[in-house]
Amino acid sequence: MNPTVDQAPTAEAAVDISLQDHLAIEGHDRDLKRAKAENLLEVRNLSTHFFTPDGVVHAVDDVSFTLGYGETLGLVGESGCGKTVTALSISRLVPDPPGKIVSGEILFEGQDVVTLPSDAMRRLRGKEIGFIFQDPVTSLNPTLTIGYQIAEPIRQHMNLPSRAAKDRVVELLSKVGIPRPKDRYGDYPHQFSGGMRQRVMIAIALSCDPKLLLADEPTTALDVTIQAQILELIQRLSEEFKTAVLLITHDLGIAAGMCDHINVMYAGRIVETGTVDQLYENPRMPYSWGLLDSLPRLDDIRGGRLRTIEGLPPLLINMPDACRFNPRCAYTRDICREKEPELTTREDDHEARCWGTQSDGWIP
Amino acid sequence: MATRQESLAPSASLIARRSSGVWRDAFGRLRKNKLAMVGAVIALGLLTLGIVGPMIAPWPYQVQDQNAIIENGYHPLKPFAQLAWDTGHFLGTDELGRDLFSRLLDGAQISMSVALVVQVVVLTIGIPIGALAGWFGGRTDNLLMRITDITYAFPDLLLIILLSIAFRETVFGKALNGLLLVFVAIGLTSWVTVARLVRGQLLSLKQMEFVEAARALGVRDRTIISRHLLPNAIGPVIVAITLGVPGAILAEATLAYIGIGVQPPRASWGSLINEGIRWMRSDTHLVLFPAIAIATALIAFTFLGDGLRDALDPKLKGKQ
Repeated sequence: MNPTVDQAPTAEAAVDISLQDHLAIEGHDRDLKRAKAENLLEVRNLSTHFFTPDGVVHAVDDVSFTLGYGETLGLVGESGCGKTVTALSISRLVPDPPGKIVSGEILFEGQDVVTLPSDAMRRLRGKEIGFIFQDPVTSLNPTLTIGYQIAEPIRQHMNLPSRAAKDRVVELLSKVGIPRPKDRYGDYPHQFSGGMRQRVMIAIALSCDPKLLLADEPTTALDVTIQAQILELIQRLSEEFKTAVLLITHDLGIAAGMCDHINVMYAGRIVETGTVDQLYENPRMPYSWGLLDSLPRLDDIRGGRLRTIEGLPPLLINMPDACRFNPRCAYTRDICREKEPELTTREDDHEARCWGTQSDGWIP
Repeated sequence: MATRQESLAPSASLIARRSSGVWRDAFGRLRKNKLAMVGAVIALGLLTLGIVGPMIAPWPYQVQDQNAIIENGYHPLKPFAQLAWDTGHFLGTDELGRDLFSRLLDGAQISMSVALVVQVVVLTIGIPIGALAGWFGGRTDNLLMRITDITYAFPDLLLIILLSIAFRETVFGKALNGLLLVFVAIGLTSWVTVARLVRGQLLSLKQMEFVEAARALGVRDRTIISRHLLPNAIGPVIVAITLGVPGAILAEATLAYIGIGVQPPRASWGSLINEGIRWMRSDTHLVLFPAIAIATALIAFTFLGDGLRDALDPKLKGKQ
């Protein structure tokens, strides 16, 4: 038979063996689970809609992606593209009413969280799925000490005596880089700066050693120097805790620095997905070009205007069967207005949703 | 970066030492409010009198000094008169020769227990109802708030009188010399304000992100309500119950005046007025001193409540 076909399985076997070796070295019970379920998180055809007086808002529309153990996946897009709603759906925190997960599966370690009873879901939150919110100022309760707030998920999910819980909190505080953690244990949120509070939020999210960390724009409310520190911290700790991260951001620069894989979302849909290299070297969707193009560059002319994508994302009510980006796209042709393209494979696992960049398309 | 953090550490500790908790801040503002402090001192004094009053009273409240009355020609002793000093009744006596000062001290015990017990009843009814309505919203909210509206619309005095009559002969009605019934009846008519306050607070607080953050950590609903929301809502509630104290004292006095509640020979400030009003033309002191006592308590608690409201208002933080 064809020798290339024969070779393919051998290559896979080699990968398997190296993975086995890796498991043997680590000897961690979490890695044993990695052998059982292939992916930590599998989102299949997820649709989350909001039933408002103006109509049904298709905030997340038929979204599918997977996230392996310990991987970092970026979810990138403008405001109102459904990034946050996707994350809220995974932790089943979509405000209901008006929001509802209308279809699809979210398999967390093979278990569908969409149909999970609410009490079982509650036990998953904070323990297996950590959440970092955008604004650390409003996400911490002003009337409780940060020690209490970090210990809360520990108290809720782990059966630890209070002395041990306190020790763990102090350890977490020092891990997230808060100086003199023992003294800060009893302090209130207003005694911390914005960056420090986000460190506290990270400590809370990681307090029960979760397998998945949902980071919803974790640096948007912070200034640029603090951003870098916080991102570095998330990256370092997620490696240390072997936590998979779903990083939501509108900043492709951040996503490039942090992620293995990136999903670009637009108007409730994934419009392009691929590894960081694929997406940056050969983006196959005009929206991704726009996002990349709107990043400021070092060689920009001083004082020149920042580039933007013209127009606004559409209202997600009564979407026509058309490419959702077509009103803002420079390459639009008739077919873009008549039929919505599918996500099609471009190379390996690089997929894009665009008529123009398909092999028979008009965009080179 | 490490060196930078180390150099930041000392200054951060200075900031931490200078700033203080919410309650200490509020207390600091309260201390600067002279009226409120006068109110607080008087209110505390009255509460202390409520506890130790009967012990320090010169006479037992029910003892009739008949010799003094006979000497005075069967008339109540006037306060500060020679005879009053000689017989040891410096605020005078009533027509039966009972020492007015001692009876006022005994009345302080009743009025102060009204002040406290009614507020406990108000809190135990008002906070859960307000919390449930605010947290769940929708149909639960609607139902609980209509019950609240009905309670609010129903004439207070009528309800209390009906309850008093209905339960008068039961164990509950006879407990604590009939006072427990009065306390509970007053409480049953005055929890509305607290319930509405707590509901309003929770309606706005449950939208806060820290609530969603707590949910995302898998915290139980009841823990979120009790540990995250109610402490944030407690300021206005403290103000409301402090300002509710005068109302309760007044309600008890009104009831005592129409003969419901404390039974003779015990006396509350209200029933002292009720007994004294017959002699008001000739012996004004029998009405005057209980009225002064009531007025003092009302003003003290009102000043304290107003001061607390200003002190606990986060918008005033840093001012004054």
